[in-house]
Amino acid sequence: MLALLDTVIQGVLLGGLYALFALGLSLIFGIMRLVNLAHGDLIVLAAFVIFALAKALGLNSFGALVLAAPVLFGFGYALQHFVLNRTLGRDILPPLLVTFGLSIIIQNGLLEAFSADTKRLSAGALETASVSLLPGLAVGVMPLLTLASAVGVIFALNYLFYRTPIGRAFRATSDDPEIAQLMGIDNRRIFALAMAVAMVVTAIAALYLGTRANFDPSIGPARLLYAFEAVIIGGLGSFWGTLAGGIIIGVAQTVGAHINAEWQILAGHLAFLAVLVLRPRGLFPRAVD
Amino acid sequence: MRGHYRIEIATAISRYVALAGAALVAVLVFLPLFGSRALMQELIFVFYMLALAQLWNLLAGYAGLVSVGQQAFVGLGGYLLFAFTVLVGFDALVAIVLAGLIAGAFAFPTALVVFRLRGAYFAIGTWVVAEVFRLVLAQVKELGGGTGTSLPVAVTNGVAGMEWIKTFFDVRTAVARDMLIYWLALALAIGTILGVYYVLRSRRGLALAAIRDSELAAESVGVDSYRAKLWVYAVTAAMTGMIGALIYLQKARISPDAAFSVLDWTAYVIFVVVIGGIGTIEGPIVGIVIFWLLQSYLADFGSWYLILLGALAIGIMLFAPRGIWGFFADRYKIVLFPLQRRLIDAGGEKKSGT
Repeated sequence: MLALLDTVIQGVLLGGLYALFALGLSLIFGIMRLVNLAHGDLIVLAAFVIFALAKALGLNSFGALVLAAPVLFGFGYALQHFVLNRTLGRDILPPLLVTFGLSIIIQNGLLEAFSADTKRLSAGALETASVSLLPGLAVGVMPLLTLASAVGVIFALNYLFYRTPIGRAFRATSDDPEIAQLMGIDNRRIFALAMAVAMVVTAIAALYLGTRANFDPSIGPARLLYAFEAVIIGGLGSFWGTLAGGIIIGVAQTVGAHINAEWQILAGHLAFLAVLVLRPRGLFPRAVD
Repeated sequence: MRGHYRIEIATAISRYVALAGAALVAVLVFLPLFGSRALMQELIFVFYMLALAQLWNLLAGYAGLVSVGQQAFVGLGGYLLFAFTVLVGFDALVAIVLAGLIAGAFAFPTALVVFRLRGAYFAIGTWVVAEVFRLVLAQVKELGGGTGTSLPVAVTNGVAGMEWIKTFFDVRTAVARDMLIYWLALALAIGTILGVYYVLRSRRGLALAAIRDSELAAESVGVDSYRAKLWVYAVTAAMTGMIGALIYLQKARISPDAAFSVLDWTAYVIFVVVIGGIGTIEGPIVGIVIFWLLQSYLADFGSWYLILLGALAIGIMLFAPRGIWGFFADRYKIVLFPLQRRLIDAGGEKKSGT
């Protein structure tokens, strides 16, 4: 019983990581209906940026994140402004294929720059620290911090969306891009800002990706799939729904792994397909695609 | 005046092209008799990539089903070939046909799930399904589990017709195998092109073109878009499964990671279609020639080669979204595989319309 409880708690905490992967995707989709096939690779790219900054400046990973965040903010703005904005329109093919090409470029670019060797971000003493919940049941501080960060990011995003002028512009563009433009909003700038914000969220996700386990340039697509599954399970346009979706994938994976170690990933995918069959619009739908 | 009009699809150019195409096919059919073995093996690759590209083009370019999960059916076909030959003991040719039929049957439960997703979300959904196929087949210990397995020599060298080729052309077993696979791949590639062309010229093709242009408008004039799309999805799955089985008959070694590789069976295929021109039959043919040239000269550069492919695809999508063929066809009004129906009156005056 304790073992099962432990498995579920680990799954919930893992779900925090998947929610962090998914929030960037959810944000982008919610505002500009862009499905970014390079999202997983952007997370890995962010992890390498943190890694390189930490190594070059001798910082710890959290310090490197503080420096990496503005860099990635700028990168996201430029990516949207110079490339992705050109693909938006009625046709879904251009954004899909351009981000697919981008995914291949990022993977292979990282391979050239950093080789295929696995890397890891160090979190110092926090890596091994744990807190005891019950006798015989302890959880790591890093996984707890991951879930707490996911919740924190959701509060921050909801504040940004519902309490600030830029958030109002985000919501207006999401609801009706043409009318928003008539009201004097520059959609292209809004989209670029949204991608920039998404890249900052991605950088936070990358920190926890890199401190939790080894990473290498090839692992992006699998993260994209987890993120996508969390978004769909949660329902489009709801950040809390995305967290719930991440937790469902996380719990399905740890429970699957508990039964048979080889079933971890498969169990997550099957949970996603099951939700899709039973609740095609997700559990907490808000936006209509 | 009714008797004075007739409807034509063929154009003067298309008739010449059909003749030239037939001549090219004849040369390709006899190529194993004078060409080198290395060329034969390269062309096998060209043929199956061309067939995959035509099928993906039918899905994405005409039916609007932008899948990035076609590796599901390539891998499934490959694994079914192994299952039927190694575990059941069927001949490889029978196994290829069965693999196609079963892959087509698998399309229905798959569609039940992924058709709930629209547009770009459909794309990632198909990818998830391909991952599920990969992870499930990696559990099948009889077919090598996660590390994969090889076809026994008895299977690869005992394909029906090989003995005949050996005695008739007086060649070694390995060459006879290449020749047989070459002809099968050629037949599949040509069969796919003609099949896609036939579909597009039929009533179903008209329905697909209508859906591509506006799904809402198509439905309002009575097109059942769900059924039309399901039909295309199942047919392409069956064909893709057959091609997958043939690919793994040639490779004679299968593993889950290779058989369900998104890069090999989807990214390259999309590249071929996009470079050539999506939504045309000519596009993938142009695309495969360019892809073959790039692959021959640049594949040794490894990741730089892939970066170049990715950048080229992005460039084409941003600046010439109809691809190289589309760019020239728009400018010079050339159509090699005409689909447009034209009304021709007795005086020879032409009025165009679809």
